[in-house]
Amino acid sequence: MTSDPNFRALTGIAAFAMLALTAGAAIASEFERVRPVTHAATQKECGECHMAFQPGLLPAVSWTRIMDGLQDHFGENASLPADTAAAIRSYLTQTAGSGDGRLIRITEQRWWLRKHDFEPSIWSRKTVKAKSNCEACHRTAAQGLYEDD
Amino acid sequence: MKTILLLAATVAFGTGVALAASGDPERARILDGYAAQAKASDFTGFSAERGRSLYLGPHAGGKVADTPACASCHTRDPVGTGRHYKTGRDILPMAVSANPKRFTDPAEVEKRFERDCVNVLGRACTAREKGDFITFLSNQ
Repeated sequence: MTSDPNFRALTGIAAFAMLALTAGAAIASEFERVRPVTHAATQKECGECHMAFQPGLLPAVSWTRIMDGLQDHFGENASLPADTAAAIRSYLTQTAGSGDGRLIRITEQRWWLRKHDFEPSIWSRKTVKAKSNCEACHRTAAQGLYEDD
Repeated sequence: MKTILLLAATVAFGTGVALAASGDPERARILDGYAAQAKASDFTGFSAERGRSLYLGPHAGGKVADTPACASCHTRDPVGTGRHYKTGRDILPMAVSANPKRFTDPAEVEKRFERDCVNVLGRACTAREKGDFITFLSNQ
């Protein structure tokens, strides 16, 4: 029975499917649970205008580009004293995640788009206001927990 | 000697004025710093009225078109809680009466002027403007 080539092929396909499923789950959960921000200056300075996004949500290259461009931070001057900026830069890049380093918006990363394929009208709701407002839907986003969708 | 005494008297007088106007020693020191810079020109003291005009605007030429005045985010009533124009994040009140810690950390004060004068006015603020602004909000 076990030498039946059809059976062996089936077992092979099943094993492959299991592997693919597991890998898929691992990729999906990478961004559903990220390490919370533990650096005081990052929490304070980034958190003044928006939720302090966890470093794991972007790759180091993206964080570097963001910290290089604070004078034009998504259309706004968000410059910081040099020593504060350097400390934040090193925290973000050393604890960064993965993703496309050409993109500096978390909301343009492929994993993000895949998980947020909604009607565009959702983003203009008064309680949402912007795609960057994670906490509008993910109540525990500030702790790095995004599994509640 | 006379000059030194005169200078000391001027400084002491200036500090007194700032302290009376702002009510917090650290805030008074910040105001004194801007007064010292502003005195290079025809400075005769900070004006809450000029500070109000600066706060309410509207101004032209700012980096962020959506915020032609400080009031755009901080609301026209500085006692109220502000709201970031894009992210919706709450901003603690600007008025010292509603937020006694406002304008008491020199680095924080300079950081905000450095950024938001560009965002709202499209240029750096002068020492006189900074002093006027704090004077206005210290009396609110």
